[in-house]
Amino acid sequence: MSTNSQLRPNRANVLRRSASNHLVTAISVLGTLLVLVPLIAILVYLVYKGASSLNVAFFTHTPKPVGESGGGMANSIVGSSIILLLASLIGIPVGILGGVYLAEYGAGKTLGAGIRFVADVLNGVPSIVMGIAGYALIVVHQRHFSALAAGVTLAIMMVPTVTRTTEEMLMTVPHAIREAAYGLGVPRWRMILSISLRTAAPGIITGCMLAFARVAGETAPLLFTAFGSSFWPHNLNEPMAALPLQIFVYAMSPYDEWHRLAWAGSLVLITLIMVSVGLVRYVTSRGRLKGGH
Amino acid sequence: MADTRIKDAEPPALLKLQVNEPHAVAGHAVEGKAPAAIREFLNKRGSGAAGDGAFGALVLACALSILGIVVLILFVLIQQSKLSLHAFGLKFFITSAWDPVMGDFGALPFIYGTLVTSFLALCIAVPLALCVAIFIMEICPKPLRGPVAFLTELLAAIPSVVYGLWAVFVLVPIMRDHLGPFLVKFFGWTGLFSGTNFGEGLLTASIILSIMILPVISSITREVMGAVPVSQKEGVLALGATRWEMIRIAVLRNARVGIVGGVILGLGRALGETMAVTMVIGNHPDIAKSLFAPGYTLASVIANEFTEATGDLYLSALIEIGLALFLVTVVVNTIARLLVWFVTRNSAREAR
Repeated sequence: MSTNSQLRPNRANVLRRSASNHLVTAISVLGTLLVLVPLIAILVYLVYKGASSLNVAFFTHTPKPVGESGGGMANSIVGSSIILLLASLIGIPVGILGGVYLAEYGAGKTLGAGIRFVADVLNGVPSIVMGIAGYALIVVHQRHFSALAAGVTLAIMMVPTVTRTTEEMLMTVPHAIREAAYGLGVPRWRMILSISLRTAAPGIITGCMLAFARVAGETAPLLFTAFGSSFWPHNLNEPMAALPLQIFVYAMSPYDEWHRLAWAGSLVLITLIMVSVGLVRYVTSRGRLKGGH
Repeated sequence: MADTRIKDAEPPALLKLQVNEPHAVAGHAVEGKAPAAIREFLNKRGSGAAGDGAFGALVLACALSILGIVVLILFVLIQQSKLSLHAFGLKFFITSAWDPVMGDFGALPFIYGTLVTSFLALCIAVPLALCVAIFIMEICPKPLRGPVAFLTELLAAIPSVVYGLWAVFVLVPIMRDHLGPFLVKFFGWTGLFSGTNFGEGLLTASIILSIMILPVISSITREVMGAVPVSQKEGVLALGATRWEMIRIAVLRNARVGIVGGVILGLGRALGETMAVTMVIGNHPDIAKSLFAPGYTLASVIANEFTEATGDLYLSALIEIGLALFLVTVVVNTIARLLVWFVTRNSAREAR
């Protein structure tokens, strides 16, 4: 009899517990909505402001002096492309080979674990500090700002991301495939190049695109390396315009015309980043279908 | 385990096996020349040791370059800030003078600004990030889960300078005309919201920072929540717990160390965030009690004054601030990584 009354649910208690359950659910839904609001606000406002300011001149002209209307950011777009290309050419091969070491040679070794840890920590170093490092490493010795310094700085920022994703992707390659290659008498380096890396290629490309998208929007490291310029880029050894830098300069200026250009530039930059992130999702979903493991 | 399996299959071992084989094969010579031909081919072909050695050295060099980069950064930062290190010593971090004309520098106002904005940003972002993580992992209907997760990840893909642009033209007016007066009316008595509200200042910088660090915290939280074994959750549910009790008892309690790791990782991001903060914080080296007051952070003073710094001491002081920022973020990130690694390592072991 007494056990029966203990087992019988206490009505007030059940109500309280059920109420707190619903309350927390509601709070969590509200919190998520609150987070999505600024995201959607930013994107909608950006498209609205940017699209109304975009025109052909934006993509074909260099900036005009204050007071003259028109002008564009063509030189910044070209400059950004050059700097990003340089960064990718240096950062991606070094990053991929570093990842190969971690996955194929360094697994279980203290050195491998140490490098993996340092790569994670390097990933968290603020971009402004990377900018100073680029300045102290290259600009100080060259005695002038240069696109070269900007490219190398961004490359340094790409390396840890590419290394870690390459490593993670290589770890998913089944050992049976590797052993099959060895069984055919293939040397280790050939096995890694034509079996491991090729099997993991979709994932590695994803990592490279993510690293690219991350540095594409970086402004702080460019402040003291590329410095910016209002002319067409000529060579790597001189200050060069870059899209994020130009957006910053225009946003902080007091002129409406320049604000308009900053919005248009932001829309172009975001589109570039979203396209690379979207490509990543496309490539990975295809890769997963094909790989089937 | 995995390592030894690779080693067993290594070509040198394989070759040795093949070369030793003929003793056995020679017994039935009836088979003819095939083993001899294989042997000849293998001997002529070489072992590939040279290629293996070169490739191994190349990938090792690339991996070591990561260590090299960190050491190099530390070295050049110390070298370039030597002037200021000698001139001010540790006093640099506890004095609040910032007078480029007189050559007197102290970083205290920037440390204050960085700490206040990062702390406030965490206060705003952590509860929201927890809400998002709980919603996505436990509450969200399956078909919505992917898109919502993707949208919050998208927040991380927006560049800092675009957040800054949005903050300057949208958030600052909102702060000035709506949120600011509201805070003064209801929380004015705390003294935190005194002075003139220009829209720019510590509070605005904190809000934009919180939006930027939120995806970091929520994605790490999701990761560690996902590492909680399903059997634990089912066990709690089987005892008659409601969903919230299950989340509290099984998920959050198991994941708490990892969540703290995620929060610290967010802190590391907040400490070093530059562009968006620089654009809305007001850039004034003051230690003000009011959150409406303009401030300055370690990162934004570098961004703003570096290119116009005249004089070696001025430049050196700015680089010393960069050095301090580097060391602090390295320590913060190390702690965070260790915590996250601690949690996911345990769960990986249980899964095995």
